[in-house]
Amino acid sequence: MRILTYIRQVLDAEESVHIANDAVALENSKLVMDTMDEYGVEEALRLRESGIEAEIVAVAVGSARIQDALRTALAMGADRAIHVETDTRLDAIALSKVLAQLATQEQATLIFSGGQQADWDSHALAAATAERLNWPQVTWTSALELKGTTLTGKHDADEGSESFTLELPAVVTTQQGLNEPRYPTLPNIMKSKKKELRKESLDEFDVTPKLKFVSAEIQVKNRLNKILDGKDAPAAAAQLVDLLRNEARVIA
Amino acid sequence: MILIVVEYANGKVSKSTWEMITAARESGREAPLTALVLGSNISAIAAEVARAVDQVLVADLPALAQYDPELWSAAVAQIAAEGEANLVLIGGSRSGREYSPRVAIKLDAPLLEDVITLKSSAETNTAQRYTFLARVTETIESTTPIAVVTIKPGVFNPATPKAEAAEQFDVDLNLPTPRLKVTGKTAERSSRISLSEAEIVVSGGRGVGSAEGFTQYVEALADQLGAAVGATRAIVDAGWRPYSEQVGQTGKTVQPKTYIAIGISGAVQHLSGMNKSKTIVAINRDPEAPIFKIADYGIIGDVTQLVPAILTELKK
Repeated sequence: MRILTYIRQVLDAEESVHIANDAVALENSKLVMDTMDEYGVEEALRLRESGIEAEIVAVAVGSARIQDALRTALAMGADRAIHVETDTRLDAIALSKVLAQLATQEQATLIFSGGQQADWDSHALAAATAERLNWPQVTWTSALELKGTTLTGKHDADEGSESFTLELPAVVTTQQGLNEPRYPTLPNIMKSKKKELRKESLDEFDVTPKLKFVSAEIQVKNRLNKILDGKDAPAAAAQLVDLLRNEARVIA
Repeated sequence: MILIVVEYANGKVSKSTWEMITAARESGREAPLTALVLGSNISAIAAEVARAVDQVLVADLPALAQYDPELWSAAVAQIAAEGEANLVLIGGSRSGREYSPRVAIKLDAPLLEDVITLKSSAETNTAQRYTFLARVTETIESTTPIAVVTIKPGVFNPATPKAEAAEQFDVDLNLPTPRLKVTGKTAERSSRISLSEAEIVVSGGRGVGSAEGFTQYVEALADQLGAAVGATRAIVDAGWRPYSEQVGQTGKTVQPKTYIAIGISGAVQHLSGMNKSKTIVAINRDPEAPIFKIADYGIIGDVTQLVPAILTELKK
């Protein structure tokens, strides 16, 4: 079988956000593979290591820099990668059109994607891809097993969690808690340089986004930042309670 | 028409539905407001929501007894197409976020996700939403005849029902066969006030030391203040607290009047779930903890000494 793991490259969580020309400017910032997608790569590797014969293909759509994230996936253990290069920013619905076509071309039967993208803060990509392929989906999985063509596992629902079974093909979204992603080792980083990273042009996929990104601004709520020293606990506690009662008036 | 897919739980229309009604009314789009109720044995829900919209469409079918993304998306897309809806509003719950993309693709419409403001006319839909783990507010626009919109919970004021009720109509649906089979459920319900509705949330992180520490400090303070209890991903993963209490990127987003963070350092994934709270209070040993950067009030010090001192002070 063939597994696609879809990868985003996002701002490192430790980095500050900068805005230029009404959009988030990433040129001078550290970018990393979206952690939610790392769980997808790791889960694909674990399925293969559990004895399932599978080729794992890492897929990304984005600017030239995104190939660093694909190289990371290859160094983790993916077999090859496909990079659809574009500087056009695509929303999840537009992006799913590319991903669904790649899945069809590659005759994939399982797709992993992160549960929420840490840039567009969207949950839509996996479900949109599943719909385009007319496949079922399962989102926010926290446990997964594959026997033959039957997936079983656990995922988060509106209230609490559910156990499920599902027949392949399917789209699965991943999250923290599903597994612990491995770090690429030096020998694997060296090996990954020889692995195939195929470039494709976005023009091949006939994508016309229906959403326009108009502007972006950093939300700064001015905080009071009244921070007390707590060495003398009773005194600090008295001062805090007084502030909350009489200044902020948030407690009785 | 504007189509609102009704969310409900435990036999009652959810707060998110009343919020969607406000979002629709304030959007500026002039069109009849139609509520769609999907499920089984839902006449009470239909009657309740009828008091705030122009008409109610009811699909009361045994097949809809269980939520399924394929059934829900097929039903909503069919009704939206038949009714020539130009705006389809869906709640930003886990399920809403899950089936709304399928609706958008079935209708060949854009998806405006998790919006916090919405202005809609016959020509354009303009919305704002949080991005980059809720650190940025972006404005997006669609110029298509139809748009699917999910409404971020807890942002719009809930609409108030009127005395008179709108007319109800039963609808026929062509539903696919569900492919995802749910074999078991773990409902994690807390007996406390719900996180999304509480005015005060007291949350704990690794700095509380242990599950016992959480009870001793976080729960005790929450009980004293009549607050809801929240937790970070790390301690939910450690099994100290149930998932239903998790606040952050992979848990719940909360926006209370007061958020009290105890022993929470403030990873950006946690901050994205609570950084819109009106007043933020932090107690942490590490003066460099990122939580202090977004706090209105805070104490740098030992949780095990400070929280008992605060409890003593509150009881005075």
